[in-house]
Amino acid sequence: MNLDSLTHTSGEWLRGSGPESDIVISSRIRLARNLAAFPFTNRASSGQKSEIESMLRERIAKLDMEPKLSYLSVPSLSSLDRQLLVERQLISRELAAADGPRGVALVPQETVSLMVNEEDHLRLQVMRSGFTLDEAWQEIDRVDDLLEQRITYAFSEEFGYLTACPTNVGTGMRASVMLHLPALEHTKQIEKVFRALQKINLAVRGLYGEGSRASGHFYQISNQVTLGKSETGILNEIHGVIPQIITYERQARMSWLRDNRQGLQDKIARAYGTLCSATMMTSEETMDLLSSVRLGINLHLIEDLTIPTVNELFIHTQPAHLQKIVGTSLDGEERNAQRARYLRQRLREAGAHPN
Amino acid sequence: MKCQICGSNPATVHLTDIVDSHKKEVHLCQSCAEQQHLVNKQELNLPAILQNLIGQHLGPQTDELARLTCPACGIKYMEFRAQGRLGCPHDYEVFRGGLTPLLQRIHRSDRHHGKTPQRSVLPAQEQAELVELRRRLQHAIDREAYEEAARLRDLLRKRGSHG
Repeated sequence: MNLDSLTHTSGEWLRGSGPESDIVISSRIRLARNLAAFPFTNRASSGQKSEIESMLRERIAKLDMEPKLSYLSVPSLSSLDRQLLVERQLISRELAAADGPRGVALVPQETVSLMVNEEDHLRLQVMRSGFTLDEAWQEIDRVDDLLEQRITYAFSEEFGYLTACPTNVGTGMRASVMLHLPALEHTKQIEKVFRALQKINLAVRGLYGEGSRASGHFYQISNQVTLGKSETGILNEIHGVIPQIITYERQARMSWLRDNRQGLQDKIARAYGTLCSATMMTSEETMDLLSSVRLGINLHLIEDLTIPTVNELFIHTQPAHLQKIVGTSLDGEERNAQRARYLRQRLREAGAHPN
Repeated sequence: MKCQICGSNPATVHLTDIVDSHKKEVHLCQSCAEQQHLVNKQELNLPAILQNLIGQHLGPQTDELARLTCPACGIKYMEFRAQGRLGCPHDYEVFRGGLTPLLQRIHRSDRHHGKTPQRSVLPAQEQAELVELRRRLQHAIDREAYEEAARLRDLLRKRGSHG
């Protein structure tokens, strides 16, 4: 797999389609699995890790899956390429930064990724555009079944799938939905939503797993409990709350429009105008302005841009993507100048005419 | 702009020091800044938070628990307590007394309800024996006891790879 080609595209999960895609960016499910007859990754020697890696790699290659997975060995990637995969959410920060033999198997659409020798021997991930947890579950369940035919998983009737950290044991499943919630943040109702979610044991994090202040107003909502509930039980709990949050966000958008249409229009036009003409742009400001533009498209206040273009810009203006696109490493200030240049060019190509 | 210490990496950490109204600027790369202890390696140390949580909610620490060592992977209960990560699947059996209260606390349950592998799973005892054999093999390799290592490797091969 040629990583350079990734910078010309965006993964399926950024397609901006699927149910509720004005608010739900993507749905993601991750499963933690371990081999029965080996120590967990943190306790394995380098030799054992390489034995685990070659065994898993060989069995992954034989999976009856279309399209085929391609395997990348993480230690042989440059730090820029590792960062690129982190920015695309194909590998975790932990896998990028860890030591020893490890890797990731990917399908070209970037919907399926299998991490080898992360905290657990195997971390399966399926990611899709829009509110599509059920489809994501069907797909990851199928991949898990295929793997299980060739791999003896560490499993006990009592504790379920056994994992290195007791917070993942049982189903080993973490399901998350990424939401774009600019209006709830604007009206400061977001804190209330978080408190309610925490009460029912759902976690809230930012786009790249950061704490409560999410950049670009992107929030990931995921389950914390993995033991004692079935996979479908956990998914149903998430399914139960997401439509409500979507309704709150839509209501907040409508009342924002109703109460201060001019102010909102101005905010969006300024964001768009700045993106089209600024000559220095930090990553944080970019996320913030793109968030306003994304809101503007959904509210039909911007007509000449599409959601997939904006979704792509969120990722392509991240540091590693930007440096891959330019083809050279850039320091902070050069990067900000290049980011602004890239945004101007892309928005011009997309036919941007900010009013 | 290059780092002022190593002169090769791009400077990404920019510091301004004002002493007696004289402004001094320093431009460093991430790794040199870390070496100088000018920036924290990680802003939010999630593993540390998790370890803290695990330490707090494990069952009361008894002498009996404190003395436990997993016969399969060799991890001590106290090591698990400090690191928050188990050493092998068998630890769920060996450290059961400490883990059950923790699982109750995190998940409000200590019993799996969900997917079960369709293929028959490896009996717990056999899992543990294989992990132990692998540990002995690793020790033999580390000690350069190659005859012993070859014997253990044969033994593992006979019992199937169980990948």
